[in-house]
Amino acid sequence: MSAKIKHHLSPQLLMAYAAGALPEAFDLVVASHLSLCDACRAEAESYETLGGAVLENENAVALDEDSLAATLRLIETGLPEPAEAAIPEAAPGEALPAPVRVYVGGGLDDVRWQNIGRGVKQALLPMTGEARARLLYIPAGMAVPDHGHSGAEVTLVLRGAFSDESDRFGPGDVEIADEKLHHSPVAEEGEDCICLAVTDAPLRFSGLVPRLAQPFLQI
Amino acid sequence: MFTDVDTLDHAFTPPPAPVLSSFPGGRADAARAAIVTGAGDAKSDAACDWTAHVHRIRDTRDQGAFAELFGHFAPRVKAFLIRSGADAGLAEECTQEVMATLWQKAHQFDPARASVATWVFTIARNRRIDALRRQRRPEPEDLPWGPEADPDQEEVVTLQQETDRLAEALRALPDKQRYLIERAYFGELSHTEIAAETGLPLGTIKSRIRLALERLRHEMK
Repeated sequence: MSAKIKHHLSPQLLMAYAAGALPEAFDLVVASHLSLCDACRAEAESYETLGGAVLENENAVALDEDSLAATLRLIETGLPEPAEAAIPEAAPGEALPAPVRVYVGGGLDDVRWQNIGRGVKQALLPMTGEARARLLYIPAGMAVPDHGHSGAEVTLVLRGAFSDESDRFGPGDVEIADEKLHHSPVAEEGEDCICLAVTDAPLRFSGLVPRLAQPFLQI
Repeated sequence: MFTDVDTLDHAFTPPPAPVLSSFPGGRADAARAAIVTGAGDAKSDAACDWTAHVHRIRDTRDQGAFAELFGHFAPRVKAFLIRSGADAGLAEECTQEVMATLWQKAHQFDPARASVATWVFTIARNRRIDALRRQRRPEPEDLPWGPEADPDQEEVVTLQQETDRLAEALRALPDKQRYLIERAYFGELSHTEIAAETGLPLGTIKSRIRLALERLRHEMK
């Protein structure tokens, strides 16, 4: 899949992910793209190396007197196991990468879609913080309502493809939109389009009806 | 992406590997212990390779090796957590947990993929996200291979050296720029603030990206 990916994550997003500075929703879209893209995974790892260098350069501060002994006791008694969520198995031809399956609690067939009109469906994923993550289902040939952004929106195509004013985006591609981009993505004919979209601020829809619906749909 | 790497600027050529004497004590042993290939020239000495320590913890639960690793990394992890916004008490607590995690996950460490410093950084980063920000951290899908049983030693040494070279390059940056990068890693900058023009040392990490890519391609064969 890697070879076909044309639109990648930005250095800023990769560095912020490596630094652990992103909201959870953005971590999710980055981790999902990295699951599909070796080039970005390698770049993210290089930013982790930079993090190692920052750590190496830290001026040592004093530890508690019994710090090492306390750590050895901690090892002895065993750390409380973090509740790491199991990754649901991928069905054959599964569209959802592992990080998304964790949030869905299963695969594409387990997503609990909510209709938002004209066949377009969404499913909000549970997130800490204000940034939101949703799966979008856009029937082939259908458009997402024209919208702008108050903040950043990152969209990862998981199946099918969409086009907007800027370009065409296929499986594995990410579109990074800021407040300047006002776009109306249209799903390509032939296959329904499934995307993971994350936003750090509410979207701004141009039409009256979508604007009225926005508070209810949390989009 | 592959071609982007070639067009990044060359503003930050990494300086030659630092000499061992410029580091605080305790590391000479580590470097010596790491020389498994017999290529004991000055450059290998400068690798400051902690890999052997981690392997001794993994293989024989060696408390002496752990104590040395602890002596080097724990005070830095604590400093890192304090500068990331933790008070001294929380930073101490989290540091002990990070170091205990290092012990427990020693078998997962892959020296062909990350230096020990980088690995410790990722553990500390994840602990910070969990303890300070109380949010989950989605991770990419695991690659279909684990740590290699017998990684190429020359590659490992090169990779282990790279953190030191980068650290050196960071110290050589103008204060303002270095401070900005550090703030990014303390979690103080949003991704929109980490702009390209703030001077990400792309030239420096370019070789790291290429190395990682080559390894990935090699593994995928």
